[in-house]
Amino acid sequence: MTNPLRSPKDQRLPRIAGPCGMVLFGVTGDLARKKVMPAIYDLANRGFLPPGFSLVGFARRDWADEDFAQIVHDAVREHARTPFREETWQQLCEGIRFVAGDLSDAAAYDELSRVVADLDEKRGTGGNHAFYLSIPPGLFPVVLEHLKTSGLATNTPDAWRRVVIEKPFGHDLESAQQLNELVGTVFDTGSVFRIDHYLGKETVQNILAVRFANEMFEPLWNSNYVDNVQITMAEDIGIGGRAGYYDGIGAARDVIQNHLLQLLALTAMEEPLTFAAAEVRAEKEKVLSAVRLPKDLGAHTARGQYAAGWQGGIPVLGYLQEEGIDPDSHTETFAAMRVDIDNRRWAGVPFYLRTGKRLGRRVTEVAVIFKRAPHLPFLAEAVQELGNNALVFRIQPDEGITVRFGSKVPDTSSMEVRDVTMDFQYGETFTESSPEAYERLILDVLIGDPPLFPRHVEVELGWKILDPVLDFWAQQGQPDQYVSGGWGPPIQYDMLARDGRAWRRP
Amino acid sequence: MIRLEKTSGGAVAAAINAERHRLGSPTTGMVLTLLIMADEETQSDATAAAASVARQHPMRIITLIGRPEGRAAQLDAEISVGGDEGPGEVAILRLRGELAEHGNSVAVPLLLPDTPVVAYWPGSAPDVPADSPIGRHSQRRITDAAAADDPIEALRTRKRGYRPGDTDLAWARCTQWRSVLAAAFDAPLGEVHHIRVEGERDNPSVILLGAWLSQCFQASVETVWNENLGISSVTLDLDDGQMSITRQDEKTACIARPGRADAQITLPRRSTPALMAEELRRLDPDDMYGSVITNLEI
Repeated sequence: MTNPLRSPKDQRLPRIAGPCGMVLFGVTGDLARKKVMPAIYDLANRGFLPPGFSLVGFARRDWADEDFAQIVHDAVREHARTPFREETWQQLCEGIRFVAGDLSDAAAYDELSRVVADLDEKRGTGGNHAFYLSIPPGLFPVVLEHLKTSGLATNTPDAWRRVVIEKPFGHDLESAQQLNELVGTVFDTGSVFRIDHYLGKETVQNILAVRFANEMFEPLWNSNYVDNVQITMAEDIGIGGRAGYYDGIGAARDVIQNHLLQLLALTAMEEPLTFAAAEVRAEKEKVLSAVRLPKDLGAHTARGQYAAGWQGGIPVLGYLQEEGIDPDSHTETFAAMRVDIDNRRWAGVPFYLRTGKRLGRRVTEVAVIFKRAPHLPFLAEAVQELGNNALVFRIQPDEGITVRFGSKVPDTSSMEVRDVTMDFQYGETFTESSPEAYERLILDVLIGDPPLFPRHVEVELGWKILDPVLDFWAQQGQPDQYVSGGWGPPIQYDMLARDGRAWRRP
Repeated sequence: MIRLEKTSGGAVAAAINAERHRLGSPTTGMVLTLLIMADEETQSDATAAAASVARQHPMRIITLIGRPEGRAAQLDAEISVGGDEGPGEVAILRLRGELAEHGNSVAVPLLLPDTPVVAYWPGSAPDVPADSPIGRHSQRRITDAAAADDPIEALRTRKRGYRPGDTDLAWARCTQWRSVLAAAFDAPLGEVHHIRVEGERDNPSVILLGAWLSQCFQASVETVWNENLGISSVTLDLDDGQMSITRQDEKTACIARPGRADAQITLPRRSTPALMAEELRRLDPDDMYGSVITNLEI
């Protein structure tokens, strides 16, 4: 039966999750405290959660409900985006429960089942629960197995059970397939939500809007006019307290396999029939399947490790000196690679992907760099300062779009031309109505709206692209050191110089 | 802040541009022009509310204040660009003497090129906003029936003068109630036989909410006035009992449903900036409002 209060012509009503709750595994992790808990509070504060929404924490701690509530409270106070309101907190707090137990203890899952059933009865969560696995992937098998045997994972026609997992989705193709198989034995494909928080960003979704809602960009969006595409995600921080996670994983697995390849897919894909999940996914999968690596990986990839130095005026440790890192570690903190896309639209246009830690500043952008005009009717000296035209999606921070083109320098007697930029910035992101990526994604999980979540095929295609590079690097010894606070190792410049190109400074 | 006296619309536009240049950012990403038709009593709040919304929707805000009382026609302006109040451009214009009747001539040179124009009457509004000189080049026209001396009469006027693109803040004040109600009915609750909406005497939002529910459920609606502020409760008669949402304080409400424990929900009263932000999110005609206001039986 359709809801008589919902109508397509009603533009104002927001989507609110139906009766449901969330069970959070891994309650003390950085991600849980800095992103998940604040996002849940922000959603509650903005009125997007159903009355009776419940949050159950599960961990091996000797805690009562109040202790867990205190953890959530502190996380919310420190990290929530919207102002703290006691009333919102009180409502949320009433639905907070904690189940103490080892992840491998069957009795603890029985207790969890009891708590969940109790919430269904007392708070009206209706049997709908999302299991958010904010735990190391090594623990997935034991948790999933218990969710299955305890019956917690069982979907019924009137009550859904969903699972949310975070990257890394494996560390290579084989492990990704194993993980997918494992999850698949417990939850059906439609109930698995893989979070790539980049896809929850407004600016990332805006790539599709700009490309497919306009007439002025798409005709140029091909190898006739585009010279190359540069996708950069730079972080100014080091690995912080994530040594245990990061060492052995590295920049390429951590960022390129998911975020950068997703950005590539959105930038390069063909127009989907509609924006329904299946149609967008089909186009993304198609373009990712067409991605090819260069034959000479030594010439067209680069990697590095940050060295001790100064960053923005602050002395910082090198990667090998960070606590918990093996001084002989071969893990890269900077990775760059060229890929090509074998289709009619993109043949001959290299896509350069790069990411790194301890770089000059925190920035993520997609730069589409156009060819030079075929003929310039100016004196050679007059266009010396003219570069290639570019269209840049600024993903973060300072979200927006920059267009770069040549313009006459005022008050010069000859036709002096120089690059100028035109900036678009849509509002400011700290307003209450512009949600953080996690808010958007968690709400989508609770509503059951899948377009912004990668399916396993995309994940596996990512590993198919990356695996040969990782294998090649594994034979190359330790990565080059690079100066903290700069833009990465010098070999990345050689990598582009070989193609007659240069990185733009983001 | 720049003050100009005995000036003209063109000179105000030039002054805004000059100020932009002086601040070093001559290009802007403005998405719309908002024209506010106010009097001295309403102008300050309305302008401040709009300026804070400009964080979300960068815009040029032109507040036109009619001061017809017996002086020679004269335009005085106060201009501020990108201050603490928000990133937008704000021009507060006082139209003195006979000029008060010709606000449109002042507004035209100030409209940003090729971007939407929104008109907002925080106090009294023309009978047919779309036919007013300002309304004619605005694609969205926002009124506020609650601000009228006789809000119920104002609703009647809105109904008679409705054109697609009109909307009213009294309708925006219903959104959160509507959203909570719609969410409650995402899980089927069966047929609705009767609707009762209680709230502040003559509050137009009470009437609009009832009319919307009645239209959606094809059920009779009863309005009960009380001395509270705004909408205080909605009660729906179902097959197996009653479902109700009752405001408890400024921020929360209680939802009661048959066979379920009562639950607290967040239902904060919203400020004018929040309502304006909602209004400016979509600039195409609000068809649901159109259908509710034109079918209103009052």
